[in-house]
Amino acid sequence: MESSSNRVEPVGKKELSQLVSGFERKLERELPLSIGPDLTEIAVKREGLVSARCNKESILKLARLLRDKYGFEHLSLISAVDWRDRFELVYHVRSYANYCMMEIKVPVPKDDLEVYSVTSIWKGANWHEREAYDMMGIVFKGHPDLRRILLPEDVKYFPLRKDFQLAEED
Amino acid sequence: MAEMWINMGPQHPMTHGLWNLRIKVDGEVITDAMPEIGYLHRGMEKIFENKTYVQIGPLTDRLCYGSSFTWNHLYCMTVEKLMGLEIPERAKWIRVMAIELQRIASHLMWLAAYAADLGLLTGFVWAMRDREIFLDLLQALSGSRLTYNYARIGGVAADLPPDFERDCLRAVDYFERKLKEHENLYNGSKIFKMRTVGIGILKREEAINLGVTGPTLRGSNAKIDIRKDQPYEVYDEIDFEVACHTDCDCWARYIVRMTEMKESCKIIRQTLQKMPKGPVRVKTPMLAPSGDAIGVVEDPRGEGMMYLIGDGTDRPYRLKVRSPLFVTLSAAKSMLLGYKVADVVAIMGSIDVCMGETDR
Repeated sequence: MESSSNRVEPVGKKELSQLVSGFERKLERELPLSIGPDLTEIAVKREGLVSARCNKESILKLARLLRDKYGFEHLSLISAVDWRDRFELVYHVRSYANYCMMEIKVPVPKDDLEVYSVTSIWKGANWHEREAYDMMGIVFKGHPDLRRILLPEDVKYFPLRKDFQLAEED
Repeated sequence: MAEMWINMGPQHPMTHGLWNLRIKVDGEVITDAMPEIGYLHRGMEKIFENKTYVQIGPLTDRLCYGSSFTWNHLYCMTVEKLMGLEIPERAKWIRVMAIELQRIASHLMWLAAYAADLGLLTGFVWAMRDREIFLDLLQALSGSRLTYNYARIGGVAADLPPDFERDCLRAVDYFERKLKEHENLYNGSKIFKMRTVGIGILKREEAINLGVTGPTLRGSNAKIDIRKDQPYEVYDEIDFEVACHTDCDCWARYIVRMTEMKESCKIIRQTLQKMPKGPVRVKTPMLAPSGDAIGVVEDPRGEGMMYLIGDGTDRPYRLKVRSPLFVTLSAAKSMLLGYKVADVVAIMGSIDVCMGETDR
């Protein structure tokens, strides 16, 4: 019943951190060379977490590189954040083999809400992107089925934007 | 024969909650599927932004009625990460124990629902009977049966009640005996096998690409468990196996959940043995600093995750919840294509649907 997995099972905390840190440094070193100036920031946040900031023009290129070359096969989450002067998409992707998670922040200016969809790379992005559209109004270019997901089709507003106020409680 | 669309839901015995599965059929064979969700949307993420950190605690219980403690714990863990708090050792062990009690209760609820879906009413009654014991334990711990609000930012609400270790050990002993009876009931049932073996196949590569996690992924021949890969609380000091099965079908998901319940019993025994004495809660500040934090846990249904942004006030700037079922449901089409209408119930039941966390 038990399958034989080709991954290395971690024995304790120490081995795990040794396994991880080399990989994180490698990302920090190699990604700026491959992506160029569009990758504005990259830093190892802590064990197993690398944080990067990328311009929205290069997100597809970065995503493809991460999946094909570095084994980031699982897209955990896409969160959209309203920073009042701009929107920001935060992608969390995970490499199962390297026990590493990567956080990619993509600023989206308020006057240009179009971002390339990553559904062609991670099919799991489909509903996350629909939710970001539903709640924040960010438009994903190349998405196969960009409709509202949680709210009804005829809703006119984007409720998670900061300028959408809740009614006062009594 | 002409193709047509069928709505299964929002009111349908299969849905276990409120959602709509639209399937396109050619005769009896499914050629397309489109899940529609949102019927239970309460705007949780918007509400979170307008409440203080303390007020949000009880709300996170309502994310999933089947495993409310996991979400409550995930929220507290994420806030602690943002605040940079270190919680007492004993609180960590109590949390792990409660998480595993919750996992068993949640899997038993799934087993009951799945048995009822497939027409094994005996299985439904047995699973609900045994789930009651774990609900009683959690009630003794927290005071309520379903929405516990037991985790607090900085620890847990209270220490274990008197004689809790004894009751807990008795319950685990009893349940390990009963689990064999459960297994005999299903493994020996020809009807159960005919309806699950080889049905709803989801291959490993596709499952990972679709973002599927939890027992559904482990049933697809991937030995991936966050408790092992990114240990939180004290999971790195506990000895347990990750359940995994190679068959990729509904039967594999059933085996994975049964094995996980056994492993949970093992974990509960270890926590009771190794739990140190000491305080269970520390004082916490009202305000959280600016910055962001992520918390990731292994929910009974998959990878539960929260992304929290603080701005220096007593309310979160943004709290995004990753629901495992939200993603697994989007993979429904891949599991359903090519099977018959009668298999829909068996396939959708096997992913353990909980709409509370999906719609938020």
